[in-house]
Amino acid sequence: MSASKIAVEGLEKSFPSPKGTLPVIGGVSFSVAEGEFVAMVGPSGCGKSTIMNIIAGFDRPDGGSVLVDGAALNGPSPRGIVISQHGSVFPWLTVQQNLMFGLTDRHGVDDPHALADHYAAMVGLKGFEMSYPHELSGGMLKRVELARALVVKPEILYMDEPFSALDALMNLRMRNELLRILAEERHTVVLITHDVEEAVHMADRIMVLGPRPTTIQATFQVPFPHPRKLSDPSLQALRAEILRELGVEA
Amino acid sequence: MLQWLPATAVIAALLAAWWIIVVETESAIFPTPLQVVTGAWELVQDGTLFDHIGASLFRVAAGFLLAVCFAIPLGLWMGWVHGAYSTLNPLFQMLRPISPIAWIPLAILWFGVGDLSPIFLIFLSSVFPMIVQTVSGVHTIERRYLWAAANFGVSRYTLFRRVVIPAVLPQVIVGMRIGLGVAWLVVVAAEMISLRSGLGYMIMDSRNAGNRYDLVIAGMIIIGVIGLMLDGAMRRLERLRSVRWRYVR
Repeated sequence: MSASKIAVEGLEKSFPSPKGTLPVIGGVSFSVAEGEFVAMVGPSGCGKSTIMNIIAGFDRPDGGSVLVDGAALNGPSPRGIVISQHGSVFPWLTVQQNLMFGLTDRHGVDDPHALADHYAAMVGLKGFEMSYPHELSGGMLKRVELARALVVKPEILYMDEPFSALDALMNLRMRNELLRILAEERHTVVLITHDVEEAVHMADRIMVLGPRPTTIQATFQVPFPHPRKLSDPSLQALRAEILRELGVEA
Repeated sequence: MLQWLPATAVIAALLAAWWIIVVETESAIFPTPLQVVTGAWELVQDGTLFDHIGASLFRVAAGFLLAVCFAIPLGLWMGWVHGAYSTLNPLFQMLRPISPIAWIPLAILWFGVGDLSPIFLIFLSSVFPMIVQTVSGVHTIERRYLWAAANFGVSRYTLFRRVVIPAVLPQVIVGMRIGLGVAWLVVVAAEMISLRSGLGYMIMDSRNAGNRYDLVIAGMIIIGVIGLMLDGAMRRLERLRSVRWRYVR
C-alpha cells in the first residue's frame, strides 16, 4: 500500500442537476505504482474527467480519499501536471515563454532558457521557440503543452484525452513521441481516453469504467513490451476483449 | 489599395454634389468646398488652427489618460473580486447612461471654465466603457488557463502578470478605442460652452462672430479627420504580437 504513488479509495462524487443530485462516481478505488502507465477507458460522459479533476486536485470528492505518496491531496500542484484535450497553452506567450512559465517562481534553476530549449528540442519544437501558439498547428501545440509539463519535471502526468482533438495520423505520431519521451524520463502517467487502441498501445494497465455512476468494471494488464506493434494479433485480441467489456463487438 | 477606391469615390461624389448645389442655389451663407479650404488656410497661416487643435488634443489626452489609469486597475479588481463587482457595478451602470453633456453645469460649478472642466467631462465619458470592457475581459478568461496557472503553482503576482493581464489586454484595447472615440466626441461639445480655445470653441466662435460657415465646416472636417487618425493609432495596438491571438481567426 505504501509503495503506490497514487492511492484512490472509495471515491464518490455527485453533481446538482435540475432533477436532483446526479451521482457521477459511485465508489472508485485503485492505485498506481511509481513509474506505471495506467489508462482508464470508458464511454463518453461516464465521469472520466471528473475522476481526473479530483485526483489532480482541481475538484473535491464527496466521499473517499486520494493519497499521493501517502499524503492526502491538497489542491493542484506542479508535482502532477494535467494535459487535457483542448490544451491550455497560453496564446499570449511565445513557445519559449510558455515552456518557462512553470519555472517563473522557482529558485535554483540555473538557466531556465536552456532548460526550456532542451525540452523544446526533445519534443521537436526546435526553431519555433519564438513563435506564438496561433502560428502553430494542432500537433505542434500538443508538443508545446507536453514540453511545458516536462520542464517542471512532474512526477505524474495526468492526461485527459490528450490527443483526441488531433487527426488520426497526428494522434499516432504523438503517441510514439510520448512513448519515446517516457523511455527517456520515466513519469507516472494516468491516461483517460475513450480510444481503446490508444490505451492498448501505451498503457501498462487498463481500467474499464462503467456508465454513470461509474465504477471500475474490469482491469486488464497489458503485458506486451515496447515498442508495440498495433497490428500484433495478441494486442488486437486484447483490444477486442476490452471493447467487449464496453459492450461493443469488434 | 483597390479597397480604398469605393470609399474615396463616395467622398468625392459627396463633395461634388455639395459644390454643385451651392453654386446652383447661389447661396449667400453656405460655402463651397473651395471656400472652406481657403478659410482653413487663413487659420493655418495665422497659426490659430494649430492652437485650437493642440488645445483640444491636450484636453483629450489628459482626460483620457486619467481615465485609463483609473479604469484599468479598477476593472481588473472588479473582474477578479466578486464583492467589488457586486458593490460597484450597479452604481457604474447607473452613471454610465448619463450623457457627459448633462454634467456640464456641474463641471462648471466645480471646476470653473478653465481646462479642468473639459478634462473632467472627458474623463467621465471614457472611464465607463473602459471599466466595462476590462471587467468583461476578466470575466471571460477561460478556466483552462487559470487551472493551468494553478497547476504550475505560480505566485499570485505571476498569475496576474503572466495570465490575467495578458488575457485581458485585447479587451482593454477595445475599451480604449471606444473610450478615446467618445472622449474626442465630448471635447468638442465641452468646448462649445466656454473657454477661448479648442476646435469646439472655434466652431461656435466662427458662427457667432460673423457667420463664418466656411470655418464651421472646416472645423467639422478637421474633427472628423483627427478622430479617424486617433482610432487608427489605437488600432495599431491591436497589431502587437502578444494580442494578435484574440483577433486572428
